[in-house]
Order: sequence, then structure tokens, then C-alpha cells
Amino acid sequence: MAIAVAKPSRRRDRRLPYLLIAPAALLMLGFIAYPMISVLYYSLQDYNVTKPWRNGFAGFSNFTRIFTDDPLFWQSLAFSARWVVVEVGLQLALGLVLALLVNQTFIGRGIARALVFSPWAVSGVLTTTIWMLLYNPSTGFSRYLADAGIGTYGTSVLSDTGTVFWAAVLAELWRGVPFFAILILADLQSIPKELYEAASVDGANRYRKLLHITLPHLRDAIVLSTLLRGVWEFNNVDLLYTLTGGGPAGQTTTLPLYVANTGVDGHDFGYASALTTVAFVILLFCSILYLRLSKFGGDRT
Amino acid sequence: MTAALAEKGIRAVPPAGITPPRTARRRRRAVDDGTPRWQIYLPLGLYLLFTLVPFYWMLLFAVRPAGSTSLVPWPATGEHFAKVWNERSFGMYFQNSMLVGVATLITTTVVALCGGYALARFRFRGKSAFMLGLLCSQFIPGALMLVPLFEIFRNLQLINSLWSVIIAETVFQLPLSIILISGFIKNVPMALEEAAWVDGCSRFRGFCAVVLPVLRPGLIAVGSFAFVHSWNHFLFALMFLSSQDKQTIPVGLNTLIGADSVDLGALAAGGVVAAVPVVIVFAFIQKWLITGFSAGAVKG
Repeated sequence: MAIAVAKPSRRRDRRLPYLLIAPAALLMLGFIAYPMISVLYYSLQDYNVTKPWRNGFAGFSNFTRIFTDDPLFWQSLAFSARWVVVEVGLQLALGLVLALLVNQTFIGRGIARALVFSPWAVSGVLTTTIWMLLYNPSTGFSRYLADAGIGTYGTSVLSDTGTVFWAAVLAELWRGVPFFAILILADLQSIPKELYEAASVDGANRYRKLLHITLPHLRDAIVLSTLLRGVWEFNNVDLLYTLTGGGPAGQTTTLPLYVANTGVDGHDFGYASALTTVAFVILLFCSILYLRLSKFGGDRT
Repeated sequence: MTAALAEKGIRAVPPAGITPPRTARRRRRAVDDGTPRWQIYLPLGLYLLFTLVPFYWMLLFAVRPAGSTSLVPWPATGEHFAKVWNERSFGMYFQNSMLVGVATLITTTVVALCGGYALARFRFRGKSAFMLGLLCSQFIPGALMLVPLFEIFRNLQLINSLWSVIIAETVFQLPLSIILISGFIKNVPMALEEAAWVDGCSRFRGFCAVVLPVLRPGLIAVGSFAFVHSWNHFLFALMFLSSQDKQTIPVGLNTLIGADSVDLGALAAGGVVAAVPVVIVFAFIQKWLITGFSAGAVKG
């Protein structure tokens, strides 16, 4: 490809790629790599601005404390795992169905797509705003149901430990499903129509087409989007922070939320750094395991 | 450029000669696999209810007078909007959020365009390390970086400046944006650019004349991503902006949520103010969003 063409001056070309990636690389070194390294460094330190007399090298004591003497860590880790699995599983299932539906040809398809995808653009805090209005016991949905004779007045799903998890799940689902639907729809449109036509000639019905053409084709997209979303759901704290604040009684505290509380409110930055390190390693390990198990990018036979 | 589009178009159309000339209609039929209409409309209708009722609920609370329990937004009042915009300073928050959103959009798109071009068109030492860095940074939680980032911005004396949020947003948008844009650029045939060079264009002019126009949908997708994300982001603004006149809409909403006695009308009106720009952006880009992704984004 690059043989006889009159490329603009060779010598400058050799430096050009470095000049082009320089802004991105510098920004990422300064604001992602450097903070990451400082987190690693502080994870081996006692560092607490409210107790400066104890600051100094701490060895692995922060880590031993995490694994042996911190029930909140295990509780928040368990909640994070449950949150990620439930959210990603449900979002994928609903997103897949939704993408298959709006990929059909029907009247009003354009407007239907725009409407069902719209919560994608909504922020965590705005989702909280909307669902707080819906969950509010005196003016929310339950009040109108109670007016109609269903349920009782004054039930607040957000302060009841039995319902708060699913209340939060539903709110996050509302804004999370469109992400999967958009990605899967994009990939659906790259399936050659000829495959379906050939299958029709062979007498395949639409369930067989779904099973043998559509789903295998979508595999890589599904693996990648579930991974991205899983990491995102693990890391993102906006919704839970504003909707439940991690409560009631620490019931909905995810690991990042616990870290933020420890570092920002508790000022215990050394310990928060150790928690961050552990969270990062867990995340990386799970991601690699997931890619391995799903044989991402492998051939589809 | 037209050659590239034609090339793409040809792949979508079945081979000539076999198909009758009305290909457009045939192609649309091909998606219709004979699913009964009710199996589409019923589940879609139910899902639409789930999507739209929450939006309706917010609008309802935003326009109905305080104390009303009506389920229809009539008679409507603007009192809640006037209140959040003036008394609760949402006018100022709106301005700040706009500044952050537009600045992030510009910086992210420009920086990612440079990086993406380098990845798509050059082989150079350190390229795979750079790629690895991009991928790994996807796993680093922004929420866990709050404290070290705070220290950095304090040292740079950018705490309480909108620039801290703009920089942080840009940095966390960059990896995905670069990966997406380099995917888009790879889809533009190299031969097009080489043809421009033969015609005497410099690399830069050739890029502007040949690649940029084809990239437009992809750039719009990436740029609106950056805008929507920074418009929506909460934690950075909450942490880095301390004085009230610098804060952004999500922080303002959080203040309303956390108030001792929540003013639901004001909260709903604030929510509508927060939603309007992203809804407009979304309505504008949602078609490009899907084509942008299918242009090789997910497959890298």
C-alpha cells in the first residue's frame, strides 16, 4: 500500500504519530497513570489528615486490615457483585429483546426507537430525581395505587430493607437497558441479509434463524458490551449515592461508595487507597476471567 | 469520497442481475421475518409505558401547582421553573454545565481525533503499549480516583475552577473516544488519502478534504457522547467545585434531593431543566448513534 506513492516528507512522518498521540498520552499519564501510582503508594502508608501523628510507612497493614478485620469491605463487595450481576443480566436480557423488536419493520419504528432509547442520555442524579418522585410515599405512584385500593398508604420502598434493593435495581434498569439495546441494534444491522434469505430457502423458521444466525453473530458484541457495562455498573456511584446514600443501614453500599466514604468523609486516605487497589485488582481479574471464559474474539463454530 | 460510500453501499445491496431494480423496497422487506404484528406492538407498548411514565411523572410534578394531586398536567403553572431558575440558581448552574459540556466536547474530539488518526494510519514503536493503556484505563474507576485527582488539582490551583472538571471529564472520555475514532478512520480507504497526496495535498490538507467529511457521523457520535457524559457527571463537580457559583446542574439537583423537606415541584422542574439539553442532543444524534456504532466501533 505504501510503496510508490508520493508520501509527504518521510522524515517528518516518523515523528508525526508521536506528536499526534502526545496530547492524549500526556493527559492520561498525568491524570490517570499518576493518580493510580499515587494510590498504590498511599496504600502502603498510614495517611489520615485528621490523625497526622500516625502518618508514615505502614507496610501491608492496610491490606491485612481489609481482609481480616473489615466486615464492611466484605459486605460492600458482596453487594457490588450482586448489583453488577443482577443489573447487567437484566439489562442484557431486556436490551436484547428490545433491539430485536425495533429491528423489525413496522409502522412508527423511527419514533419508537427514539422513545425507548431516550433514557440512555439521562444522568444518575436525574434518574434519582425522577424515581424519587415515583417512589415518594405521599405523592408517588404507591399513593395513587392505594387510592385505587391496591396496597397501603405511606409505604416507602426506599426505607424498607426488604424492597430497597429492587427499587434501586428498577431505577437503574430504566436508564441502563437502552445502552444494550443501542449496541445490539447496531450489531444486528451488520448481519448480511443474504444469510436470512438463504436460511429461508432452506426452510428455517424465525426461531431457528434467531438461534443459528442472529445470536452467534451477536456473541462478540454481547461479550464486549456486558464487560464494559459490568465495569461501569461496578464503578458508577451516582445513582446509589443520591437515591439511597448507601442505606438503609449500609444495605446498598457498593465498594466504590465505601471507598469514597472512607477517603472523602473519613479522611482515611491510606486505607481508602488500599481498598482502591484491591477493587482494581478484583475488577481486572474478573474481566480477564470473563474474556477467557467467553472465548472473546475466538472463531465461531 | 463518493467512491468510499459507493463501496459501502455495494456491500449492502445484493449482487446486481439477480435482484429486480426496486432494491430499496426489497431490502426493507428482508428484515420482516413474518412476526405477527401483535408480537411487536404488545411488548413494545409495555416497554414504552415503562420508559415514558417516569418522564411523564416528572413533567407532571414540574407543571402542576403545589398541593395539587391531579394526574393531568392542566392547569399548568410555571412557578416551579421560575423558582428553581432564580431562587435555586439553576440559571447559573445551567450556564456552568453548558460551559463544561461544550469545552469537554471540543477538547475530547480534537485530542481523540489526533490520537485516533495516529493509531489508524501509522505503525510506530510504543503503539501497542499505548493501546494497552487505553484499554486498561477503562477498568479504572473514576470514583476511586477522586482523592488523588483532588490533590493534583489542588497543586495546580484548579480547585473551584471549571477547568478541573473539564480536564477530568476529557481524560476519562478519551480512551473510548480514541478507540472509536481510530475504528472510523480505519474504515476510510487509505487509497483516498493517497489520491489526495498525489494531487499535491499535504497530509493535513488531504485529511481535511478527504477523511474529515466521511468521519462526520462518527465525530458527531463521539462529540455528543462527551457532551452528554460531562453534562451528566456528578462526582467530579461535587468534589472539585466548592463555591456555589461554580456548581453544575447535577450538583444542584443533589442539593434539592438532599434538602430537609424536599420541594417536589422544584425538584421536578430542576429535573426538566437538566433533561432538556440532553434530550435535544439525543433526538438529534440517535440515528447517527446506531450507524456510528455499526461502522466498526464495537468490533474495533
